[in-house]
Parts: sequence; C-alpha cells; structure tokens
Amino acid sequence: MSAECAVTRREFIATTGTLLVAVAIPTSGFAQTLPRSLGRNRRLDAWVRIEADGTVTVFSGKVELGQGIRTAIAQVAADELDVSLERLRAPTVDTAGSPDEGRTTGSNSVPDGGTAMRYACAQARELLLRNAAAHLGVDVADLAVDDGTVTASSSGQSVTYWALLGGRRFDAEADATAEPKSPASYRYVGRSEPRLDLAAKFTGQTAYIQDIRLPGMLHARIVRGDRAVSQIESFDDTHIRGLPGVVSVVRDGNFLAVVAEREEQAIAAATALRAATQWRSTPYPAGEDMSALLRKLPTMDEIVSEIPPGDTPVVRELEAAYSRPFIAHASLGPSCSVAEWDGEEMTVWSHSQGVYPLRGAMADVLDLPETQIRVIHADGAGCYGHNGADDVACDAALIARSLPNRPIRLVWSREDEFCHEPYGSAMSLQLAAGLDASNRIVRWRHDVWSCSHSTRPAGGTAGGILAAREKADPLSLPPVTDGRQPTGGADRNAIPLYRFADQRVIEHVVLDPPLRNSALRSLGAHGNVFAIESFIDEIAGDIGEDPIAFRLRHLEDPRGRAVIERVRQMSTVQAAEGASGRPGRGFAFAQYKNLSSYLAVVVDIDVDDNDGRTRVLRAWAAVDVGQVINPDGVRNQIEGGLVQAASWTLKEQVRYTNQRIETRDWATYPILRFSEVPDVEVELIDRPDVPFVGAGEAAQGPMAAAIGNALANAVGVRLRDLPLTPDRVAAALRASG
Amino acid sequence: MAVELEVNGRSALVDVAADTPLLYVLRNDLKLNGPKFGCGLGQCGACTVLVDGTPVRACVTPVAAVAGNEITTLEGLGSVESPHRVQVAFLAEQAAQCGYCSNGMILSAAALLERNPSPTDAEIRQALDGYLCRCGTHTRIVKAVHRAAEDET
Ligand code: FES
Ligand code: FES
Repeated sequence: MSAECAVTRREFIATTGTLLVAVAIPTSGFAQTLPRSLGRNRRLDAWVRIEADGTVTVFSGKVELGQGIRTAIAQVAADELDVSLERLRAPTVDTAGSPDEGRTTGSNSVPDGGTAMRYACAQARELLLRNAAAHLGVDVADLAVDDGTVTASSSGQSVTYWALLGGRRFDAEADATAEPKSPASYRYVGRSEPRLDLAAKFTGQTAYIQDIRLPGMLHARIVRGDRAVSQIESFDDTHIRGLPGVVSVVRDGNFLAVVAEREEQAIAAATALRAATQWRSTPYPAGEDMSALLRKLPTMDEIVSEIPPGDTPVVRELEAAYSRPFIAHASLGPSCSVAEWDGEEMTVWSHSQGVYPLRGAMADVLDLPETQIRVIHADGAGCYGHNGADDVACDAALIARSLPNRPIRLVWSREDEFCHEPYGSAMSLQLAAGLDASNRIVRWRHDVWSCSHSTRPAGGTAGGILAAREKADPLSLPPVTDGRQPTGGADRNAIPLYRFADQRVIEHVVLDPPLRNSALRSLGAHGNVFAIESFIDEIAGDIGEDPIAFRLRHLEDPRGRAVIERVRQMSTVQAAEGASGRPGRGFAFAQYKNLSSYLAVVVDIDVDDNDGRTRVLRAWAAVDVGQVINPDGVRNQIEGGLVQAASWTLKEQVRYTNQRIETRDWATYPILRFSEVPDVEVELIDRPDVPFVGAGEAAQGPMAAAIGNALANAVGVRLRDLPLTPDRVAAALRASG
Repeated sequence: MAVELEVNGRSALVDVAADTPLLYVLRNDLKLNGPKFGCGLGQCGACTVLVDGTPVRACVTPVAAVAGNEITTLEGLGSVESPHRVQVAFLAEQAAQCGYCSNGMILSAAALLERNPSPTDAEIRQALDGYLCRCGTHTRIVKAVHRAAEDET
C-alpha cells in the first residue's frame, strides 16, 4: 500500500492524551446550515489533526478517482490552515475513521467535501489563533501565520501550531462559525498545483489497488453467466480442483469462483470452469430498436416541470425524436478488490466511489454487522460512475470468507467488466415546440423514457449487487428509484434552461430494465442535452436564424450568456480548417444539472464523403465553475470530458443479442483513439466570489449535441440517434444525394 | 520451469510455467507496479514493457520468449528521484487523470523518441494509436511527448 493507504486502525482509534484547549468557543452565531458533510461528521478532529512533529493531516471522505480531488482538497485545507502544501498529509478514505461523506459522485466532491474541509480548517485555525494569542499575551489581531508558525507582530515572539497542541487533538464540534479567508488571501486555491499523486503513478511506485500485495495472498477469478443473474444448470469441478495451483472452487448458490496460488493459474482454472458450466437465464428482449423498446415497457411516470400555457397563439409547430443507447463505463483497468477474513473482521480494499455505502451493502451480502467490516479505498483506474467496483468487492469478500486468513485478490477479466458492469442507461426522447408569430418558442414538450440512472447499492439496497442475488440465500432487487429534481436522474437536465412560456417535461422510468443499468458520468444529462440542444438548432435552422442568436433570445441567465459569448470569441478561426471531406461546425450549451457548471462548446468536424466517418478536428469550450480551486485540474476534467463524450457520441453502444452480450472487449467496443482525438482548447471564466461547483460532468451533453449539430451542418441531414456511426452517416449522405 | 530474466538491469530467476504471460511474472513474482493489467488480450497497451528497447505487450508475451532479452519496465525507465525525460514531461503537462494508461504511454513515447528524436504531431499520434486512454487525456499526452522531444540535449 502507498503511504496514503497506511493509516492503520490503531492510529485512528488511538486517543493520544486528548484535548485542545476549549478557549472561548463561541456559543452564539452557530451557522444556520452546516455544510452537509460537516453536519454528518461533527468532531473537528475527524477532519484535521496536527502531530507534535509538525505533521498536519487532513481527513476527507471524498475519494480519488483520477479527478484530482485529493490535491484540490489539500489546496483548500492548506490555505485555510495557513500551512504549506508540503506539510499536509491526506490519507485515503477508510471506514475505520475517515469522515463519512457518502459517495464521491455527481461532481459534488468539491462543493461538499471542499466546503466541509474549508470550514473545518477555518475553525481549527481560529482555535489555534485564540490559543496562540493567550500564549503570547497579545490580541488575535496582532498575529500572523506562516506555515503553522504564529508570530505576534508587536513582540516578534512566535509559537507553532504543533507546540500549542503538543500532540493533543482538537476537542471541539465543528460549527462552521469561523469565517473562511477571503479569496484574495489564498496562496494555493486558484493555482494550478500539480497533482499530489502523479509522480508515483508515472514511475511505477505503489499507487493502485492492483499494487496491494499481502503475505500469503491468493488469486481469484469469477465465473458468471452472461445475464445478471444466471442460474447454474450444471457444472462439474472435479477436474478443475486438480489443475495446477488451484486451492479452491467456491460455489454459493449461483455464485462461482476459483482460487489459485498464482494469477495465471486462477485464469486458466476459470476458463476451464466456464467451459464446464451450463447456465440458464431469461433471454434479453433484443432484436428490436432500443428506443422503441423503452417506450413499450412498463414505466413509472412523473411530470418534472410544468409551466401552464400562456395565451400567445402558436403559429408553427415542430417535433423530433432522439435516442442514445446503453453505454459502458469501460474503465481501462478491470474492477479489482483485495479482501481478507480473519474469522472476526472482513477487511476489504476497494476502488468504490463510496466506502461507507459499500460497507452497508456488504454487511447485507455477508449477513455480518457493519462493525465487523472495514472498507479501505485504494485508487483504481478511472470509473466515470458506478461500474463494477462495488460488485467485485462483494465478490472478493464472499470468496475470502470461505478461506479465512488468506488474503484474496480478485480481478475481473476484460470480458467480466464489459459483460457485467451496470451500463449507463439507454434513453429515448420526444421533443415538441411551438413558435409564435415572432419566432419565439412559446410551447415546449419534452418526454424522456429511460431506465434508472442510479442503482448504487448501500445498506438495505444491496440486492443490486451481483453476488447478492447469486448467493444461495439471495437478496432481492430493490425497487426501482431514480434521482429526483433538482438534480434528477433520467431527467437530469431535461428541464431547459431557456425561458419558455408553456412547458411540460415528463420522465418515464422503465421498471424492468432490459440490461443491467446504473450511473454513468452525467446521468441523463448526456441524452437530454443532446436532444434539447439538437432540437434548438433544428428550430433555428427551420426559421433561418443563427442558432447562437436564437438561443440568446431565449436565455436570460447572465453566466450562461457569458460562456456562450466567450466560446464565440475563442472560435473565430475559419470554420473547419484542415477538413478534407465535408466540413461542419456545431455549437451547444448547458448548465450541468441547471445548478452547477456552465459550458458552451464549438466543434469543427470533417465527414468523409466515401465512408461516412466523422472526425472531430477541434473543440473550443468556455466554462464557468464559479471559484476555481485548481485551473489546470478543471481544464483537465473538461478536456477529458470532451474527448470521452466525442467517443460516446461517435462510437459507443453496448451490443447484445437475446442470448448474450456482444460487447466483450475493445474490438467489440471501440473507443476514440489518438488518430481520432480532436485538439481541444478550454477557457475558464473564474468567479472567485461565487461558490465552486464540480467540473467533471459538464462537457458530456454539450459535446454530444455540438457534434450532432456540426454533422447536420456538414451533410445537410439531421441524425437523431446516437452513436453517429459511419453507417448511419453514410446512409444520411446517400439520402441527401 | 526455471526462467532467467533480465529486468531493469538486474537478473531474476523465476520458476513458472513457460507459457506464463510475462505480465504476471513482472507484477506478482518481481512485484513491479509499472505494467498494468488492462485487457490481457493485447488490445489496450496498459501492460507495455520495453524488450530490447521495443514496446511489447506483456499480457500476451510468454515469459520464456523473452528469457535473455533486456526488459525495461516503467520503474526501470526512471524514478521519482531520477525520472526519465518523458516522465518529467508527463509531470510538467499533468498528462493523466487516473494514470492507469500512463505506463504504456510513457514507455512507448520513450521508445518513439529513441528512433525519432523530433516526431511530428501525426507521428506521435500514430505511434500511440494502439494505446487506449479512457479518461481522454490524449491531447496532454501528445503535448508531453513534444515537450520531452524538445528537452533532449
Ligand atoms: S493488458 Fe496487455 S494489451 Fe491490454
Ligand atoms: S488517464 Fe485514465 S486511462 Fe488514461
């Protein structure tokens, strides 16, 4: 394990000496609303500790997913505490003591975890300054801090934080009454600090869950039928047990795994066991168009926004249908977990997005109290939402329980990952608009059919975990739920940001999803923004108005207008320079979740006349995330989001027949490659006085729509079903002559 | 069977089946972290090592096939204390998100610069085309390779 994983349980529960100094903690002025994460974890020493040797440790409950959260939170903490970044330690999240901040999802890590850390550190600093003032016999106003050393300007005398504390803990409840610093006085926040974890990752130091090697560790592989959940019809493991290195064949109901001394032996045994096993499962409802299927299945429906009709007469009506398929998270590193059962406690290393919810789910799966389970986060490959991380951890724990005192490392195969991860849900959309005599939209209808965009497990809802339904006494699938407004799930970003007089938005959530489904980066925003921003372009085209001007006529939000204006300035170069086929330029805009980051994007594409291949040449994006903690970190997230969204939009679709998943490897699920990746340029509009919001998911919807709009401009035909594959584009080219 | 390997300038003796993929020997027997398991199918490049300076996919390379060759992993290329110029450039450009693909990217970029000290954009993209990055950090990686090329003295 890395140094960051190395905080042991003992360290967490040791109560050294105790107590700082409860000098004059104010009892009045209690913050009206505590930042959410602080409210759930009130002990100040759960967030920040200072050792006698001058080490400053901050404990966040948000996990590193490759998005740079560890660095961003350390920047916030260092500034608020007035210590140098080099002095800070930021250990990984561990249920044995880290604050419980739920999951690291939805671009909430900086708003939730960063805000909580900011207030906790501001309070710690305030306490330390009060004590320093008493110690030095001066007023707090007389003090200045430099890297933890507090100096009285009148006398020149100083004392350090660690001398003041003498190894004791902060003995206070977080109350969020200490005022955080003003943006002007930040030293780290707002600067492109390099990521704290990348040097190790670029040189092969211990950094990932895959790098955990415990004494006596065994290697496991799972064997599953294609469909969640398949029944074992027959299997014969007699010859498997005799294969080289095989330690155990684990069967618990329909859960099947092999354990071997060596990894390649486990792989060979799993291959043999797969060949010796027959499965039975309900066939997939395949063979028809997914968009049509979603509209046919039973749903639960909700009106998510309704503005009653005005009295302006509609003189022109338009309608269009859009769709996106199931999309795989397709992490580059298949899901992995290490688990050890010592007869009393289950210790599990996981790259889950939420170690506390996972612990709750695992308690149900193993039928153990949570107090006997410890889940420690370790970095994995990027996940982009709810992938196989929680499943593989429960798989590993089930296997480990059958082999006490032998640590088990389980890695899913590439095929396991593609076949069994919960895909981002397919979506079908129907949009209609009515225009008045002045070509203003005065009626808007948006219907979205989809499966839930979150089936994340927790205590009480563990039935979504694969092993939970495979084991001999299975748990049942929890009832279908989906995210609610204001953030939404299938309906995320279904409510237009534009101002329409008469508007109705309805979501239809499928009750029996055709494939295993859950949260993929941006949830429903990808499909909804693709549909809205395509449709707006279509309407503008229909009335012959510039699509950006048309949008601005319907958009009041000044921050939205500002990113649109900015991207317009960024992209003044000649359209589609460098195109060899049919060039096209497209624009799109959204505010993620209608309450988070604003992003406007312009893309230039080039469509090959012969085969319909579409290449995105360039993308310009203007972004407003409020206060920027780490500009390069935000740019990195946006750049990656644009490229990944281009990949989803042009290439990606989970394919299956009614018997099997056909998406099984990178050949059957191609993603964008270097030769196809656009140049991207990102500009940030920094607003130091506006609260920071997340950046990770802002690009997904706008990028999809901008490519669709560029394609319509290039070939003169509108494609409304994702992905925009060469086949579809070539067909459109033929149709348009 | 006993196989003798030359890894990062040191020789190592391992006792494994001859057809064991090199990747598992490097990761599990020699406890190296650089080469990553990504697919086991030769499709993604995460497991890349240099064999006599040429990028090779360790997940589909039987260990016996490279006995006696010089194998370099990411940790053999450079360390935190003394990084290779490609590693320096990747840090300067912050050319990763999760970093799971970085092993293959850095090693193949180092091999590219050995045979072509100042590659064009297109040559870099072509050399890296078989290496997948799911986080979408491609443009940073291309910039990092250019930077490493310029850093050559
Ligand atoms: S792991 Fe070897 S190429 Fe993917
Ligand atoms: S940085 Fe995550 S796969 Fe490339």
